[in-house]
Amino acid sequence: MTTDDLRYVYAVCRPLAAPLQAELTGVAGAPPAQLEHHGLVAIVGSVPERDFAEVPLRAHMEDLDWLTETARAHQNVVAALTTVTSPLPLRLATVFRDDSGVRTMLEQEEDRFRAGLDRLEGRVEWGVKVYVEEPSAQAQTAPATPAASSGRDYLRRLRAERTARDDTWQRAERFAQELHDDLARYAAAGRIHPPQNPELSRTSGRNVLNAAYLVERATSEEFVERVDATKDREPGLRVELTGPWAGYSFSGPVGDEGGERE
Amino acid sequence: MTTASRLPETYRSEGGGANLADILERVLDKGIVIAGDIRINLLDIELLTIKLRLIVASVDKAKEMGIDWWEDDPALSSGARRKELARENAELKERLAELEKSGIGREERDTA
Repeated sequence: MTTDDLRYVYAVCRPLAAPLQAELTGVAGAPPAQLEHHGLVAIVGSVPERDFAEVPLRAHMEDLDWLTETARAHQNVVAALTTVTSPLPLRLATVFRDDSGVRTMLEQEEDRFRAGLDRLEGRVEWGVKVYVEEPSAQAQTAPATPAASSGRDYLRRLRAERTARDDTWQRAERFAQELHDDLARYAAAGRIHPPQNPELSRTSGRNVLNAAYLVERATSEEFVERVDATKDREPGLRVELTGPWAGYSFSGPVGDEGGERE
Repeated sequence: MTTASRLPETYRSEGGGANLADILERVLDKGIVIAGDIRINLLDIELLTIKLRLIVASVDKAKEMGIDWWEDDPALSSGARRKELARENAELKERLAELEKSGIGREERDTA
């Protein structure tokens, strides 16, 4: 680290029992380092002032390519940490002038960090999403065959199509609710996030459940099997599992989590 | 101390690399918020504008690649919904004309 650079903080951890991968690189291509203070470790990286001072950073946040690259680099480091400890991830682009700024922050936030680390200790986050596959595709593309013989037939068919669509939504809603109830009981905590925008996630189908669960590492395998077992249960619905993530969704203060155990 | 080996393999959506939406959702929205010395307010309103810009950017990029299915899905696009309504309307009018021609509608019209 040169002294001209700024300090980027990825996460806060307890002292690591195992070293980080030697070849790991993070934001701005810099290898992350550990900065220990008061028994807490900040995982920091050196980033150039020309990109991470206030003004350039603000401009960069508007640049999708830059943001994508930085977000992936940030996640890359946090994911590597997750393999050796249970880190408390910080939000993207938390930057300090120098090491002493990071130390001051560690001191000021000590209680909050310890509470957060206690909560995440030995646990990881899994993401579970449910999609309705192309809800009305079949109903819409099935052409009017054979031509309706009367106006009443036509109206009847319209109603049947609408009913089929409504059924799909109801089935999806019930399935998502049951799945969430089951997984939330199994997990240490569960949280429902707003559905993802299909234009941003670029996945097919409509996202009807977007949830995160905090699960013990030791029972994660069972959790995954539990989710896998539901995958083919309902035709037209798709269940997607992501993880293991660091406990991003559970790093705020306990109790300040809208959808917990909902 | 827990070991990494007990964790199941990484699950990623759609095979290749974690979904950008999943990553952004976490690194922008979740995680713990600490005000650094360099203050970029990523909170609330600004985060929303970032997301909006992202969506706009992704939509444009997707269109460049010829992906625009959501424009024709009535569940996702109000434009498509209007088109759908117009189509239904035209179909109904056509049918009404047919019925009138065949004389079924006349009775009602006479009594009105």
